[in-house]
Amino acid sequence: MIETKQLVKTFLDGETETKVLKGIDFKVEDGEFISIMGRSGAGKSTFLYQMSLLDEPTSGEVIIYGRDTHTMKVEEKIPFRLTMFGYVFQDYALLPDLTALENVALPLLMQNIPSDKAYARAEESLTKLELQHRLHKLPSHMSGGEQQRVSIARAVVHHPKVLFADEPTANLDNESSQVIMQIFRDLHKEGQTIIMITHEEQYAKVAQKTVVIDDGTIVSVTSNN
Amino acid sequence: MLSRLALNVRIGFFLATRQIRRASLWTTGLIIFVMVLTFLNLVVVSGILVGLIQGAVNQVRFEFTSDIIVSAPDDKKYIENSPNLIALLKSFPEIETLSARYSSGAELEANYKTRKETDKPNTANAQIFGIDPQSEDRVTHLSSSVTEGSYLAPGDYDQVIIGQFLLSQYVPVEDPNYAALNNVSVGSKIRVTLGDVTREVTVKGIIKSKVDALTRNVFMVDSQFRSMIGRNDGNVAQIAILLKEGADPIAVREKIKRSGADKYAKIQTFEDAQPQFLKDVIKTFNMLGTAFGSIGLVVASITIFIVVFINAITRRKYIGIMKGIGIDGGAIRLSYVFQSIFYALFGSLIGLALVYGFLVPFIAGHPIDFPFSDGILVAPFGGTSLRVGLLVLSTIIAGYIPAWMIIRKNTLDSILGRN
Repeated sequence: MIETKQLVKTFLDGETETKVLKGIDFKVEDGEFISIMGRSGAGKSTFLYQMSLLDEPTSGEVIIYGRDTHTMKVEEKIPFRLTMFGYVFQDYALLPDLTALENVALPLLMQNIPSDKAYARAEESLTKLELQHRLHKLPSHMSGGEQQRVSIARAVVHHPKVLFADEPTANLDNESSQVIMQIFRDLHKEGQTIIMITHEEQYAKVAQKTVVIDDGTIVSVTSNN
Repeated sequence: MLSRLALNVRIGFFLATRQIRRASLWTTGLIIFVMVLTFLNLVVVSGILVGLIQGAVNQVRFEFTSDIIVSAPDDKKYIENSPNLIALLKSFPEIETLSARYSSGAELEANYKTRKETDKPNTANAQIFGIDPQSEDRVTHLSSSVTEGSYLAPGDYDQVIIGQFLLSQYVPVEDPNYAALNNVSVGSKIRVTLGDVTREVTVKGIIKSKVDALTRNVFMVDSQFRSMIGRNDGNVAQIAILLKEGADPIAVREKIKRSGADKYAKIQTFEDAQPQFLKDVIKTFNMLGTAFGSIGLVVASITIFIVVFINAITRRKYIGIMKGIGIDGGAIRLSYVFQSIFYALFGSLIGLALVYGFLVPFIAGHPIDFPFSDGILVAPFGGTSLRVGLLVLSTIIAGYIPAWMIIRKNTLDSILGRN
């Protein structure tokens, strides 16, 4: 479970102070699928980064499974992210020197899982996303849709508590986007907690709830059931 | 803590091998080429500088002192009890063979038959050695230095071989303070005066070498030398000793000393017998080589720093992603350190192969022709290993610092490409 209390994020640009998040209170329960929408600059990505511990809020609290992350050191956050979270980025964020299999195995290797087991699990994860024929391909030799599926495989291979997705279909064509959203649906059915940013209303509706952010505050929370 | 380090090493190595394997072949080749050049700069520059002097040292050893030289004390003209000492030395199992030399200062005169009374006599001073030609040749290969005429035979009475720099036609620069004989070549008659005894001898051969002790001296057979000095006690001025293969000159020197011979003779290895200035020059050249090498080391470090910095800064986004998905910064830093080690080790390995597989044997076979020595490439394995270690160490530091600079930046800023 993730809870934010009075979450504030301010950016300084020289003398100018911009308040991007203006005290957000929010709660995500286990197994929920949340989509976050809002116009550009509304603060949705910033909100996601605070919840996923990729950034630190200016004030307020992010409580993850009862733990106030405000007191955590940077060195503690890295293994926390490794074991608890999975990330899917808009531009896939695959490491260009690693094959699909190596990209997916990396978080497992970092968890000190023996190589043979790590690779077996990575292969299983990729096969589940119908990429068994692309295991040894480098990202540069794969299509955008394939790369995003590798990215999802990497994000879920270690069974994270929460999967964060930052506009996962933004760079994809309609067909690939449909495939990705189906994968998210399936993951959610398996009980995966997902928090996803999207610009597309049709994809936002795949989630259980849609949160709309504007000007640094949550303006609506809609149930999609 | 230790398991964390081990894990970081494992992941760092994993990332480094993938980056190297999939990097541009040209870029990798260029970095390794720079490393090879740096290694050669470290090893070859100092090796040639030292080899220039070492070549001279080797030549003196090979052509004059041999492995050990026993000589008369500074205040004596000869080694007392020489026959007993020679007999003792011949009983040492480490000694292959030896050559006993008589020696004395002598005056040489040429063109005395054609000289008018008003002319200045054509004389030169030299050290004259009385040798057993066969023994001397076995120890110092003197015959190979006789390039004009021929070498002495045991019965060559009234014949000498003479060093090239005692003959004016071979003296490169005319020096009014240095007298040499004019119009003397193979077959010429010259006078040799040893003390009160003067004898007319024929020049049988001319010695050409880069060893001063040969080129400024005269050699005749020992029986004639003895007759000229009027002494038949068998006491010689020098004994050059050639050791058997593998025998240690220092150990043999000490053994000779323990026999009591050092009471009436100076016992020196070929290294002891080097003049102090030569030892100082070797030290100075070593320092110069180290200085040049250090500059090379700095250049290599800067190269690696730039390479890793550019590599890390262009991959900043991916470094951010790795940190974002939970890869430890230590593992990422180590991946760059491993890459630096790879470049340095690979460059050094190629350098080692070049040095020991090609340069050392080639230069040994084709020495560099310096005016005073046949320069060789001195690259002792211990010193070379130390230089490889230094190169690797400096590249580790040069690789770590830029990686640390980039990796410590904020994770999200790195992912988003923000400054």
